[in-house]
Amino acid sequence: MTDYEAVIGLEVHVELSTRSKMFCGCPTTFGGEPNTHTCPVCLGQPGSLPVPNKRAIEYLMLIGLALDCRVAPYSLFHRKNYFYPDMPKNYQISQYDLPLCIDGHLEVDVDETKTRVGITRAHMEEDTGKSLHVGATGRIAGAKYSLIDYNRAGIPLVEVVSEPDIRSPLEAQRYLTELRSILSTLGVSDVRMEEGSMRCDANISLRAHGAAAFGTKVEVKNLNSIRSVSRALTYEIDRQQKALDAGDKVVQETRHFDENTGQTHTLRSKEEAFDYRYFPEPDLVPIEPPEGWIDEVRAQMPELPRARRARIAAEHELTPEQAAFVASSPSSVEYFDALLAEGTPARDAAVWMAGELARALNTAGETIEQARVSAGDLARLLDAIKEGRVTLNSAKKAFQDAYTAGKTPLDIVEEKGLQQVSDDSAITAVVDEVLATNQAEVERFRAGEEKVFKFLVGQVMKATKGQASPQVVDRVLRERLSAS
Amino acid sequence: MALTREQVAHVARLARLAFTDEELDRFANQLSDILSYADQVTALATEDVPPTSHALPLKNVFRPDEIEPCLSQEKALSTAPEVEQGRFKVPRIMEEP
Amino acid sequence: MSELWELPAAELGTKIARKETSARDVVDAHLSRIEALDESVNAFLTLTPELARATADDVDRNVSAGEKLGPLAGVPLALKDILCIDGVRTTAGSKILENYKPPYDATVVQKLFAAGVPIIGKANMDEFAMGSSTENSAYGPSRNPWDLARVPGGSSGGSSAAVSAGFAPLGIGTDTGGSIRQPASLCGVVGVKPTYGLVSRYGVLAFASSLDQVGPFARTVEDAALLLEVIAGYDRMDATSIRQPVPQYRAALDAGVKGLRIGVVSDWIEGEGVQPGVTQSIRAAIDALSGLGAEIGEISLPSFRYALSAYYLIAPAECSSNLARYDGVRWGLRASDAKDVVEMNVRSRTAGFGDEVKRRIMLGTYALSAGYYDAYYGKAQQVRTLVIRDFEKAYERFDVLLGPTSPTTAFKIGEKADDPLAMYLNDVFTIPSNLAGAAAISVPSGLADDGLPVGLQLLGPPMSEELLFKVAYAYEQARGPIATPPLWVNA
Repeated sequence: MTDYEAVIGLEVHVELSTRSKMFCGCPTTFGGEPNTHTCPVCLGQPGSLPVPNKRAIEYLMLIGLALDCRVAPYSLFHRKNYFYPDMPKNYQISQYDLPLCIDGHLEVDVDETKTRVGITRAHMEEDTGKSLHVGATGRIAGAKYSLIDYNRAGIPLVEVVSEPDIRSPLEAQRYLTELRSILSTLGVSDVRMEEGSMRCDANISLRAHGAAAFGTKVEVKNLNSIRSVSRALTYEIDRQQKALDAGDKVVQETRHFDENTGQTHTLRSKEEAFDYRYFPEPDLVPIEPPEGWIDEVRAQMPELPRARRARIAAEHELTPEQAAFVASSPSSVEYFDALLAEGTPARDAAVWMAGELARALNTAGETIEQARVSAGDLARLLDAIKEGRVTLNSAKKAFQDAYTAGKTPLDIVEEKGLQQVSDDSAITAVVDEVLATNQAEVERFRAGEEKVFKFLVGQVMKATKGQASPQVVDRVLRERLSAS
Repeated sequence: MALTREQVAHVARLARLAFTDEELDRFANQLSDILSYADQVTALATEDVPPTSHALPLKNVFRPDEIEPCLSQEKALSTAPEVEQGRFKVPRIMEEP
Repeated sequence: MSELWELPAAELGTKIARKETSARDVVDAHLSRIEALDESVNAFLTLTPELARATADDVDRNVSAGEKLGPLAGVPLALKDILCIDGVRTTAGSKILENYKPPYDATVVQKLFAAGVPIIGKANMDEFAMGSSTENSAYGPSRNPWDLARVPGGSSGGSSAAVSAGFAPLGIGTDTGGSIRQPASLCGVVGVKPTYGLVSRYGVLAFASSLDQVGPFARTVEDAALLLEVIAGYDRMDATSIRQPVPQYRAALDAGVKGLRIGVVSDWIEGEGVQPGVTQSIRAAIDALSGLGAEIGEISLPSFRYALSAYYLIAPAECSSNLARYDGVRWGLRASDAKDVVEMNVRSRTAGFGDEVKRRIMLGTYALSAGYYDAYYGKAQQVRTLVIRDFEKAYERFDVLLGPTSPTTAFKIGEKADDPLAMYLNDVFTIPSNLAGAAAISVPSGLADDGLPVGLQLLGPPMSEELLFKVAYAYEQARGPIATPPLWVNA
């Protein structure tokens, strides 16, 4: 059995959050009635001409510089020619062999290993319209006809192409997470894969470890989340490995990932590559960015995630994992800073953000900007824990309930009577009750089995619905057990 | 430079045009003639000559990121052969690009 | 006493401003003439009398109110059917756009409206500007007012014929490889190909984007200069638009040509394919210019031999891409009962496009396709550089270059229809200026021995329109009045 290594490259398309489209002044706002954000230019009406959006070019430069690319001194737009109904001109204005940003890299951390993933290029292009397939399933297969909305046509897209330096689905996941974090920090895109403002296609081949030549490359499309990318790559590695082990050839093709089954299947029946007939876009003139302009753009570079994580970890003595969530975006840093401002210790803040807050956001499918529990309210909850007014477990529960109910955690504590019980006499009563009903265990403890203590604590906690102060329970239980 | 019927047929597919066999052969001849004439071009020595894709010395032409009035939906759809639900209707699309 | 339609535009404009005639009367006079004669000329595809009258009425109102308008206010114009007017049928001479109504105005059209120029109709043309005779129009050829059995030239044949026939003193065409100059030459009128980027292409259906330019037709050099002043200028909707103020072309017209260095392109004056009558006419013109004090020299431009081949790779390549948008999805002809969208695309395009357009789409697609780009399109772009360099060298020695516009006078309808290559050779003297993005003008130089017009071509560097108008005007004055087409007598 040959030992294979996966060779993975990722192509990421990023929809830029400029106000207007790439080549015309139509708004880029999401939604809206179909074909209400269009004009002769983005509809590709006969006689229309494109004029490039300066901010979009600057965003591209920012992205390139953040990925350590060189900004090319001479760059051209090219036409990529093919017929498809959601492309108004039946060519896409894109870039070909003279992209604006080239030769960068992104460092990806997987446990202790740091991998350097090369970035081949980042270039500018325009988005297409959207098709609605009308028929049985809403997918292309089985549709009776299609309806096209060109609101999205012409929105600026940046394509970031990595070198095939990624070696595992986990690495791919980390690459995409880091890339998304960078783009979010730069403020150039909403980067929401589920909404389509960030899209990923993967290229994967296998080769024997140590081999120099590449294996046959398979392209995988329809990856709608970072997790899908990981799942699809895992499936592909397995599928290709099985094929190669059985002595079959891997077919060079494009495959479609199915969310429901977790499998990929053949998308394009023909093996012939598309002939895009690229040639320089005659309606647009070259881009030759003067050094001064590049410097201006570089000066706008914010603190990038890697630097931010290192700084926060160092400043607050956090572990890399703790710093990771806190430093994942400028908004999360803001939230963290707000907690600290309220007096929350850094470590507690980090743990709670990476723990309960992250979980609540995930479940609700929201981002930290949308967090329904404010930093202030969380800080007050953490104070209550410190002051012994509520146990940790109760607090966690209160937080999650507060999040869904849209109330503050302390309101929930109040409403549901989750306050910590620390009253000695109340707890003593419960302890005595528990000891009385668990004679056998009491005997065993007295006989020397220390671990029975934990069981008895658990019973007291159960009886008090987790609200008894652990410290008081511990003390009272020991007292009562050593007595009599 | 003689083109075969197959080559012409392939080009026709790329260009979304349909021809009879007789037309394909006629095109093959005409295109071959024109390309032979154009072959003079390939005979020219041009190793150190940069290509000109734009005769103008213009560069760095941009527009500011500002919103401008759009067409109304009615006007945007006014040229459409078929419309449904405010969208351009087309016969079924068989394959994604 | 001249009819209104016989007068040059400048004179009409003055008459209107002085209230010696109303703009409305001027439009109506031209409309009557068109009604009487266009059936035999077929210059127009769509007449726009309401539009023209509305503009004329506006002009008259403003004149009455004492407003000072531009020199061409109220002077009718024939617009090549390749420029968009909002809500007005625009066909580009093609069946695929038979009923297409654009939802916007071309920038040039907006400028004409702002200048009070009534657009009297959309003029016939070779389909999508591909051709040199208007025989490629899906709506029948236009006919030369000098001999209705002959072509007016192309692709802007309709505009040229309209101006020549007295249907409008002004015309607008587009010139990609000679499509203004060559029909101007064949119809005995003035035609200008401006510097690339001088006139906005926004709203002009694209044929070959890096070569197309919009330009004026007129019967006098002064009129052409006035019209160019109206339509030229920076347009923010066109990224290839030149950002420089538009000179007042008419102001410098009569500066004279004493001491001006004129380079005669020796390869063009005579030789294989050049009609002897054309040679004669051009030599007479050279003598006239010499007589005015210009210094005449000779020049050979070797790369120009390859310009035709380079053009017939670059233009089709760009057009194959520009015409991809005509696919039956959003506008234009749509084949019915297609089982899927690809079939619909294919059948719509196959039914909608004529043979020449299909030929060029095929040629262009091939020249760009994988494996052939470097050999064809890439190489052609290098030839383009050589042509530009030859021009630059020439302009070190000369101020303007000179030659015939067309190697022949107007040929008979049908004569060259079956031989595409023969048709392409019509453009051999005009193409180099398009490749270089430079300026050029065709001025009538009288009739050849066959009684048909010959055009004198003057070529200049980019942005040399003022100079070209000056030389053309000087020549025109020295030449004196020329004959008018037989059609004028049949009024």
